[in-house]
Amino acid sequence: MRLPIPALAFAAVAVAFFALPLVGLLWRAPWSGAWSYLTADGALTALRLSLVCSLWATALSIVFGVPLAWALARTSFPGRGAVRALCTLSMVLPPVVGGVALFFALGRRGLIGQYLDRWFDVQLPFTTAGVVVAQTFVAMPFLVITVEAALRQLDLRVEDAARTLGASRWYTFRRVTLPAIRPALVAGAVLSWARALGEFGATITFAGNFPGTTQTMPLAVYLSLETNPEEAIVLALVLIAISFAVLVGLRDRWFGTRTTVAA
Amino acid sequence: MSLRAVVALQLGTLDLDVEVEVRPGELVAVLGPNGAGKSTLLRAVAGLQPLDRGVVEIDGRVVDDGDEVFVEPEHRPIGVVFQQYLLFEHMSVLENVAFGLRARGVRAAEARTRAHDWLARVGLDEYAGSRPRALSGGQAQRVALARALATDPRVLLLDEPLAALDVGTRAAVRRDLRQHLASFEGMRLLVTHDPVDAHALADRVVIVEDGRVVQAGTLAEVTARPRSRYVADLVGVNLVRGAVTDGVLRTAAGAHVVIADAPAGDCVAVIRPHSVLLTREAPASSARNVWPGVVVDLDRRGDRVRVDLDGPLPLTAEITVAALDELDLRPGDAVHAAVKATDIEVAPT
Amino acid sequence: MSHHLRRRAAVAVCSLLLAAGCGDDGDEAQTQGTVNVFAAASLTAAFEELGEAFTDANPEVEVVFNFAASSELVTQIGEGAPADVFASADTSNMTKLTDAGGAASEPVVVATNVLEIIVESGNPRGITGVADLADQDLVVVICAPEVPCGRYAADVLSAAGVAVTPKSLEQNVKGVVSKVTSGEADAGIVYRTDVIAAASDAEGVAIPADVNVLAEYPIAVTEQAANPEAAQAFVDFVLSAEGQAILASFGFLAP
Repeated sequence: MRLPIPALAFAAVAVAFFALPLVGLLWRAPWSGAWSYLTADGALTALRLSLVCSLWATALSIVFGVPLAWALARTSFPGRGAVRALCTLSMVLPPVVGGVALFFALGRRGLIGQYLDRWFDVQLPFTTAGVVVAQTFVAMPFLVITVEAALRQLDLRVEDAARTLGASRWYTFRRVTLPAIRPALVAGAVLSWARALGEFGATITFAGNFPGTTQTMPLAVYLSLETNPEEAIVLALVLIAISFAVLVGLRDRWFGTRTTVAA
Repeated sequence: MSLRAVVALQLGTLDLDVEVEVRPGELVAVLGPNGAGKSTLLRAVAGLQPLDRGVVEIDGRVVDDGDEVFVEPEHRPIGVVFQQYLLFEHMSVLENVAFGLRARGVRAAEARTRAHDWLARVGLDEYAGSRPRALSGGQAQRVALARALATDPRVLLLDEPLAALDVGTRAAVRRDLRQHLASFEGMRLLVTHDPVDAHALADRVVIVEDGRVVQAGTLAEVTARPRSRYVADLVGVNLVRGAVTDGVLRTAAGAHVVIADAPAGDCVAVIRPHSVLLTREAPASSARNVWPGVVVDLDRRGDRVRVDLDGPLPLTAEITVAALDELDLRPGDAVHAAVKATDIEVAPT
Repeated sequence: MSHHLRRRAAVAVCSLLLAAGCGDDGDEAQTQGTVNVFAAASLTAAFEELGEAFTDANPEVEVVFNFAASSELVTQIGEGAPADVFASADTSNMTKLTDAGGAASEPVVVATNVLEIIVESGNPRGITGVADLADQDLVVVICAPEVPCGRYAADVLSAAGVAVTPKSLEQNVKGVVSKVTSGEADAGIVYRTDVIAAASDAEGVAIPADVNVLAEYPIAVTEQAANPEAAQAFVDFVLSAEGQAILASFGFLAP
């Protein structure tokens, strides 16, 4: 079906809206010095840390987020709406506030953190684990919301059919439910990963900023803006290029050809 | 060794309290209008809907007693063919059929071999690698049947297996289903709202209305003595058996019935009493079928009258009291019975 | 006083042209209208109070503040943000502006600040000076070297000959303060004004003058100021006795 002309025009504006800032970055990028900025020790360290932490955050989001989405989609209990709102609150919370809130919960004097510190000698602030915690905090809701929506759309009778064929709940989940929601799961995981990769506010507040330990790419970009905007642009472009490659690659691989909807 | 289900449960506005028994080798049809609770009964037997009270017993083993005992669906010796077939869209047809075996721990290679066998039995082995969405409705039903039977269940449950099909293919699929069901020796419980399915497939019927069994027995028994208007409407139909050639069904007694669409071969034509038009003189209407007959009995039920006719084609007609007064019919009177070909449903036997 | 004359002239012209729709939005605005002040984040509390006092004295003028890191402000002004006044937390960012020809007047230092060690109230770890920060068991945070407070902190540590391994290099001085007041860090190096602003949540340990640095806060009217008269009036007010008293009450030292 063809889109009407006005819709096309608005769509074109929307594309330009997203493309132009990127073009602006490319326009201002110091191409001659780019390579030296890129290969500088600090940049590579921050990039590596960013990738490691964001992948951990994505993994944690899947491990905890899928069961949470399942519970929200499939069970009914008083206050479920409130629980859902609670679990997605970090999407709307200013990340810096999220970081402060994490202090109050997991910091050295926090609700739980004081016992982690006292009993297990575990401190999250100023550690790489703290970065992962901060990123997971802001990223997981993206996965939960996406997966929950997919679970809600799924025909429950397909799972019933699996049960009558001798499949346990767990086998049904693995072999029927999970494959059926796989596109949503991948989309949710990618969104979470992208959010974690770009995370700034909660990370710098909760985990601080130290090269090699907690200084991820966005922090490095922000700090280099203070002194060397050219370097900041190069680092930002690297971050964008990686994200772009992953998003495009995954879309072709997972969303392009196959649409799996259980009938 | 049988299936016995005494099912009592509340679900929304449905208040279900029915008892059904299926003996070995028997196919029982639960017949009733939409919303009567038929599918809920089937789900209760399958373990997808726990009982409030009652008992479900398969081969003497209680699988749900509404209290302490509840055997999960995966541990019941059942197979289910669902109304929408509910094939797994992300798997191939072969993987669908092999699913139950794999879930029960059968090794992959053996499960595939057995799944191929089952697909061959329903004539669809060439579709083994296809996705379910590539199948027609009738093919999907056969895959669903093969999938349900592949695990060798004691009880096969069928939920409106023909309702998802369009009218054009229903008769042919029903004939196939009849063949495949005949080859399964276990107990079969069929849920349907269509008496034609019951006529074509079932040994006995249980008629459920508003969550209660209103009548049960063989089709002949129920048809002969419908206990309510509803049952009469539902099963009190004329069944005319014969052989079809060139769109005409010929009975053993030599009567001809012109029908709209049917495969050739032995069939049963279903003529609903209210489709039968009675006249004193031979009618000049567009009805293709007009048979002479003699009134043998009049049975008044409310504002309707059932008129039994004898002749080359014995029929029961249902007319209004007003029409009866106008025709002034009495036993022994000669009449003509007319039926439009398009009002006749035909099921292969 | 020429601006007063011109204002009177404008009022007179307006009176004449009132029927013709002369409004108060002419090019002639002087100590009236709006002044956009771009000020370093560390000046926030003091400048807000300064702004109120200035408006009390000049009811015709509305002061609008934009507080952010000095480096961000310079970038914003460079990209054409409507700044009338720029108050920087260090001379280097002001130099960036003047080098780019963005200042209309020679920058003037309006205040200075010194560094202090910030610790939790009651100083539970008993920190007495810069040398104590070398203790490996202490969680010390300072500003990142990219921002002024981080440069100054590095200067202090090297002048004192103390090697410190900070747990975090914060993007701004408030980050250091909050890490200490929340108890996540045991000590940090911040401006004296920040310790005073933290009030009862923290206390300061003085750093001796011989190793301390003197942070200067220069101020200037921008080249692109839409309202240079009012902008200059604001700068004058900050330098006045009343303005200096307000700055002093927040812990700033005289230039």
